[in-house]
Order: sequence, then C-alpha cells, then structure tokens
Amino acid sequence: MSSLKRNLNACSGVTVMPPDPDTKSLQFDILIVDDEAGMRTGAERSLEHFAVGLEDFGETIAFTVRCAATGAEALAEFKARRPDIVLLDYKLPDMTGIDVLENAPEPRDFLTIMITAFASLEVAVTATKRGAFDFLAKPFTPEELRATVQKAARHIYLHRKARRLEDEKKQVRFEFISVLAHELKSPLAAVEGYMHLMKERLKGGDLAAYDSMVERSVLRIAGMRKLVMDLLDLTRLESGKKKRSIETVDLVKAAGLVIEAVGPIALAKGVKFELKTPERLTMNADPGEIDMILANLATNAVKYNKQGGSAVLELKREDHGSVTVRCSDTGIGMTAEEQAKLFGEFVRMKNEHTRAIDGSGLGLSILKKVVKLYGGEITVSSEYGKGSSFEFTLADAEIPAQNAETALKA
Amino acid sequence: MSDDKKTRILVVEDDPDMMDQMKIYLESEKYEVVSASSQKEAEPLITPGGFHAAVLDLMMENPDSGFVLSHKIKRMDASIPVILVTSVTRETGYYFDKAHDPKSWIKADAIIHKELRFEQLKAELKRLLGGDRHAS
Repeated sequence: MSSLKRNLNACSGVTVMPPDPDTKSLQFDILIVDDEAGMRTGAERSLEHFAVGLEDFGETIAFTVRCAATGAEALAEFKARRPDIVLLDYKLPDMTGIDVLENAPEPRDFLTIMITAFASLEVAVTATKRGAFDFLAKPFTPEELRATVQKAARHIYLHRKARRLEDEKKQVRFEFISVLAHELKSPLAAVEGYMHLMKERLKGGDLAAYDSMVERSVLRIAGMRKLVMDLLDLTRLESGKKKRSIETVDLVKAAGLVIEAVGPIALAKGVKFELKTPERLTMNADPGEIDMILANLATNAVKYNKQGGSAVLELKREDHGSVTVRCSDTGIGMTAEEQAKLFGEFVRMKNEHTRAIDGSGLGLSILKKVVKLYGGEITVSSEYGKGSSFEFTLADAEIPAQNAETALKA
Repeated sequence: MSDDKKTRILVVEDDPDMMDQMKIYLESEKYEVVSASSQKEAEPLITPGGFHAAVLDLMMENPDSGFVLSHKIKRMDASIPVILVTSVTRETGYYFDKAHDPKSWIKADAIIHKELRFEQLKAELKRLLGGDRHAS
C-alpha cells in the first residue's frame, strides 16, 4: 500500500456501524482531507456511529472514514480505493483542494464537499466547476457536518439507483426491439423469397404453384399488419395515452358480435362456439377495450383448438359486483412450463401443434394490460392436449362526471 | 421412393414458407429434399445414407436446435457437409463465424446468415459437395 507515514493524530481508519437487523445496510466511504489534525479527528468523531436512514427504500447508509493530511496523501488514498464522498479542505500544505480534484484518478464519480475558511466566491465557482457538490464553511458544528454528509449520501444513493433502473430499462427495451425486429424480418424474408422464386419462374408453367406463392405472401403480409396494429395497441396502453371513453356497454351484444367475427375461422376448423350469458348484462367500460378483451379470448379459443373441438365464452355478474369472464376450449392445451411463459411479449409456444398457427405474440400481453385496467388478474388453467381456460373479473370503470369537468374548465 | 442418382439434402426449417422456398429452389437445382420442420422431427432422419448434405436452421423449438442436429450428424458421419442458417448474429450480437473465431464446438462446415440468398446456398452446397455433386 502507500508508503505514507501516518500522523498519529490522523484518524485511525475504519468506523463500522452496528448493523440494523431489519434494514439493509450500505457502506459509503468518506475521505477527509484536511491539514489540521483537530479538524480530522473532530470530523471523524462526528461521523462515528452516524447512519443515514432511507426509510422509503428500507435501507441505511453507514460510513467508513479515511483521512489524509496533505494533497499527496489524498491522491494516494484515491489510488488505494475510490471514496464515495470527499470532505476536502481548500488550503492544503502542498497544493489546493482544486488541484487534488484535478489530479484525482478517473472515474471521478465521488461527491466532493469543500471545506473552506474563507468562503470566497472565486473558490466556490472554481470548485463547483471541478465538480464540488457542496460547501462547508469553517468553523462548522458536528450537526452541520452530518447534515451535509446526509444530503450527499442521499444524493449518491438516488443517483446510483436511478442509473441502475435506467440500465435495466435499456436492457428490456433492447430485448423487445431485437425480438420485434426478428418478428418483422421473418415475414419479410418469406415474401421476399417468394417474389424471387416467382421472378425466376422457378416453377416453369405451373401456375397453381405461383398462386400458392401469392397466397402465402398475402398471408404473411396480413400477419405483419396484425403485428404492427397490436404493437400500436400495446404502446398506447403502456404510455397511458390511449383515450378512454367510458360508457354503458351491453356485454351480451358485444360478446355476440365477437363470436360472430370468429365464425369463419371456427367454421373452417369445425369448432363449436357457445356463448353463456344472462339475458341482460351491462357494465361501465370502454367499448373498444371490451372488444379487445373478448376478441382476444375468442380468437385464441378457436386458433388453439383442435379440429372439431368446442369453446365456451361465459359472462356473468357476481354478487360482489364485478363481472366474471371465463373462456374455455377443448384445444391443444399447454404444459406447466408453457403456462409459466405465457404472458411474456412475443412468446409463442413453439411445438408441432402451433407451428401452422400465426399470431403476433402480443395478444396475451395486451389482454393482460387491458384486464388490469379493470382491476382484473387473469388465471389460466390448462392441460396439455386437453384444453385451456382463461378466467378473470372486470370491475366497472368510473364514468367521468363530464358535466362537472366542463364546469371546472369554464 | 428416393432417386439414387440425385444428391439428397436434409433441410430442417421451422418457418413453413422458408421451407417451401428452399424446397422449390433446391429441387430446381436437381437436388432431392428430405424435409423436417423441427429438431424433434429431424432426429430420426439422421441415418447412414439418408442424405448427402444438411441445411439446418439454428433456432427452432430450442435456441440451439441447429447445433444439436449438426453435432449428431457429424458424429454419425463427419464427412457429410452441414450448413447452418442463422440470423443469430444480428439479433443477439453473438458472432458465429469460423473464419472470424474458429469455434471448434460448432460442428458445421458453413454458416450462412439470414436472410439467406439462394445463390449463396447453392454456391456453398456446390463447394462442400465437390465438383461431381455425388457424395458417396
């Protein structure tokens, strides 16, 4: 380590806080740089057993304290270990505090609190330019010192936490975009390939082969369009910018329309779709969102069904007020492993039953988000090869008091 | 019935359209195509004399399906050329390229990056199968 001869009066090294059993304890390293021995010991004592509580995060910060009497000593301490907070005297025997800051090794991601006897504006400006976070004018009380250190410690903590969250967000975003790019590229490559084969007339005079290439291309493009539309829905839901218009929605009618819409694909697959509702059932909701929910459920129940299977969409008002929605099918079902992954974005179960089924991989993410708007949580029960059942409750949305709002704006 | 005069290529690809196209293209080049749409479906097809070369998609039901199949083919007969088709570099940042970083654990003779061009596939097959086009 350093060959520095330590002044006996300089502080002895490390102050360890007794850990609080209930909260997580962090340790920040403080380096005190001052040529006055009394200052150093005084500051060290003030910080002994001092801890900053971060009640909102259930964490406390304790401190280890190191000391340096000169600029050279300070730089050696920097080299040994990077401190979190530096209490830096401006006037040192061998250089100024500013010189210490300038010569500190990179990265200089510590907070500096300048200690100065003469609070000159010039020093303050230069020090701030060099990254000083705060000032302490000599003489200061232990309370003043602790208050300043507390402010710095909280600042560092929040800054680091924010940076970590930002990094995580970036990672999630990167993954989302990577998968999205893949999902858009696959149909493009397929269509491009067909175009190429058609241009080269690789099937000679076999017109039926070209018809099928055109048909497949149109299908893949339709899939891409669906993906883009779903993506827009998802983005609007996530940004919270989707305009909602809450009104009384006739659920019986809405469900009937949805079943009608899936009619053609159900017919093609020979799937019998049954609707179970009371005679009358209404709720306060955004009609577009209700359509999204029911269409999503019904389409899945048909798409992931077996040839000649059946599906049931059930809606009813519970005694406690909310509406229960249940959609079950006699489809291909899922393994427990597949169920665990089900609600992730772009998760599409890849197995021999699903290969021929197209989908954007965003449907259930969207369903989950819309259902959440009505306070619901989706539960899935499924058995591989037997079928799946999706169930959740929807609470009535509040109809905004439009009149009151207009009155306020006026 | 397989035609003994033709060179048989095992194509494993989970995108039905890519499979369709590869088949049309290779057949137009007078190859015979043995197809499988998943790792699971391909495994029983790996038999001695079953095919003369293989074109494998890397990511199918498992992210490393192509590697696993390639390994199994080479263990059966190391002389069978294997071409891996992948877009993994662009998507994950991993770099699989024998010239760039010879990874001996990748048991493939060529790695083609998606979006593959049919001419490139043809050229690689020609190179790996040799001039006479008949492997065995």
